[in-house]
Amino acid sequence: MAELTYRQALHDSLRAEMLADESVFLIGEEIGLFEGSYKITAGLLAEFGPRRVRDTPISEEGFVGAAIGAAMLGLRPVVEIMTINFSLLAIDQIVNHAAKARAMFGGQVSVPLVIRTPGGGGQQLGASHSQNIEVWYAHSPGLKVVTPATPADAKGLLAAAIHDDDPVMFVENLGLYNTKGEVPEGPYKTEIGRAAVIKEGTDITVVAYSRAVLTALEVARRLEEEDGISAEVVDLRSLRPLDRETVCASVRKTTRAVVAEDDWLSYGVGAEVVATVQEGAFDYLDAPVRRVAAAEVPLPYSKPLETAAMPSAADLGRAIRRALDESAYRR
Amino acid sequence: MAEVLMPRLSDTMEEGTVARWLKQPGDQVARGETIAEIDTDKATMDLEAFEEGVLEQVLVPEGGTVPIGAPVAVIGTGSGAPASARPSAASGAASPAPTDQGAAPVAASAAPAAQVAPPAAAGRPGPAGFPSDGAGARVPRPAATRPDGALRSSPLARRAARRHGVDLSALRGSGPGGRVVRADVERAVAAALPGPPAGAQQPRASGGAGALGDVEEVPLSQIRRVTAERLAKSLEAPHFYLTSVVDAERLLALRAEAVRAVEGGDGVRVTVTDLLVKACAKLLRSHPEVNSAWAGDKILRHHRVNIGIAVAVPEGLVVPVVKDADEKPLLEMSAEAHALAARAREGKLSLDDMSGGTFTLSNLGMFGIDHFTAVLNPPQAAILAVGAAKPEPVVRDGEIVVTTTMRLTLSIDHRALDGATAARFLSELRSMLEDPLRIVL
Repeated sequence: MAELTYRQALHDSLRAEMLADESVFLIGEEIGLFEGSYKITAGLLAEFGPRRVRDTPISEEGFVGAAIGAAMLGLRPVVEIMTINFSLLAIDQIVNHAAKARAMFGGQVSVPLVIRTPGGGGQQLGASHSQNIEVWYAHSPGLKVVTPATPADAKGLLAAAIHDDDPVMFVENLGLYNTKGEVPEGPYKTEIGRAAVIKEGTDITVVAYSRAVLTALEVARRLEEEDGISAEVVDLRSLRPLDRETVCASVRKTTRAVVAEDDWLSYGVGAEVVATVQEGAFDYLDAPVRRVAAAEVPLPYSKPLETAAMPSAADLGRAIRRALDESAYRR
Repeated sequence: MAEVLMPRLSDTMEEGTVARWLKQPGDQVARGETIAEIDTDKATMDLEAFEEGVLEQVLVPEGGTVPIGAPVAVIGTGSGAPASARPSAASGAASPAPTDQGAAPVAASAAPAAQVAPPAAAGRPGPAGFPSDGAGARVPRPAATRPDGALRSSPLARRAARRHGVDLSALRGSGPGGRVVRADVERAVAAALPGPPAGAQQPRASGGAGALGDVEEVPLSQIRRVTAERLAKSLEAPHFYLTSVVDAERLLALRAEAVRAVEGGDGVRVTVTDLLVKACAKLLRSHPEVNSAWAGDKILRHHRVNIGIAVAVPEGLVVPVVKDADEKPLLEMSAEAHALAARAREGKLSLDDMSGGTFTLSNLGMFGIDHFTAVLNPPQAAILAVGAAKPEPVVRDGEIVVTTTMRLTLSIDHRALDGATAARFLSELRSMLEDPLRIVL
């Protein structure tokens, strides 16, 4: 075990997969000479050369389409889209082509493509550069969507995504790149489609993904220390496929749930989680399942407004206490 | 204008009586100030104002009793009309006569809750048309009903109610808008159970699947289920009980000798229970009325004497049966009884091992119990409860001497057997135990 940043874990996993398999190559904007906007690809051009680390023009639809073609012909491209906001320029390639090729060609081709791209607000990048639109992709059958929250999962899920024979949207978060965590040595894959109970608890389940997992953990620990409230934290890790059973099993145990998500409330990931819970744990619910999500506005640039619009630890703490209050929780 | 509602001041409180108003209509009240004293089922408690303003109306006079959640006063700016106090349903001696409008404090107090929209999720701007769950009021109220009259309850509360056979409509909901939540069902279940007095708070069971707050659910083992069914069945039988004190000195001496005889060898170490079983078996042969069973429209007289012996095992109680105990020599019978007890403790009794009993013996002497009455083992007509043998002063030939005594209590199904018949059996049993050679001869 070594303590690594999320950024370093991604870099190491990419490099290890490139060393292990010559068909793995990288393509995207500013990933070579500039070593990536967020430095995930630092040093890889120098080590692997321009054939395997391809800088492209600003042309998301073009280079994603090129990567899909390469994948159909047997290579394993790992695309970097600078932020998930720019993936909208390539959404036709992703949703209409990458996601559908296997089905539309009767299984004659597969698209072993990975698109790495960070989302998330809080960096004062303005409304069009601060979105959490992973749910757009999670809505589409044919794609897999993973959202690692920890350095260990960043490494394991990236390896699993590169080995997967179908297209995977690998959604990173700007707010996570500098976070640290223990990362196991050596190669390993984290199964796509399997949520993780990252903190056990008995009073309430907090379901989260990506950056919100850290908020959930922080709140859960504080509630436990201050009030002896035992919150269980479930990290979805994968939005599609969604591990419904782990979520429902946790709620059946705790009888209450709150979803923490950085995306917008309406039609968001939390909506799918709540639907899952009412279907799979209805008889075990003692209070309505509430969601803590971003304000339904384009994220403001102004720092105080941006902070106010993003879901906070205080918001989550209030939602948890409300669910407990409503079901006559006593210690 | 804010209504002051009768608060829940204790876990078991269902209604409260206004003992004394400390503020009168027209008085200024501050937030947190005590405005009245409330008598609950437990104690007299202070009623504090949650709002600042003028006490405009007193809805419940001193001595008046209203359910939790019913309005007792109104606090406002002082501009309200104090004279037109709403009629209340207070049941106290001094309460005003109920009128049509005042019939239901319930409906009056439930209405505001339905009008309070919940804050949007976590206080953020919510999408228009977000469904309201009517949450908002925090005070428990007696009417857990929606405007359409349907009961409000959480799915978990409904499931718990189904499991425990609790009528949800009889409960007061402590959730928002009077929603019945699991804790309310558990409180009702706990109140119906024997145990610590209601209101005595138990430490919360920390976690664990199946732990339900103050009450832990223990799933029934098969043994527990069958035991419960059989014992409940015994309630149908009109019981009576006969107790006899036996001088057990010679019985214990005989037992000691029997043990000494096999010392060092691998013979059976005869127990007091074995001797009692054998004695009962012999006597039952000559008392067929006791070796019988009530069968509804007839009495069954058993030709075989099969004696059940109650054995405590970790899962509960089992009763292996020594068949034809009257016919088997003591040592053979003892060996069989011990083998059955061992199988019982290992959980390896077969159905056959436990069936066919015609009479049962339960010995708690080893636990130091002096005397107890056993519950019948239906359909058998009688069961013998054996207490501990211990030294006691008794009168013998006009002298007080210390000897070892043992109390035997026979529980009898009066439908199958009468007092005199049972008494003769017990009396002869005592004679036999006091002259114990007769057990083995």
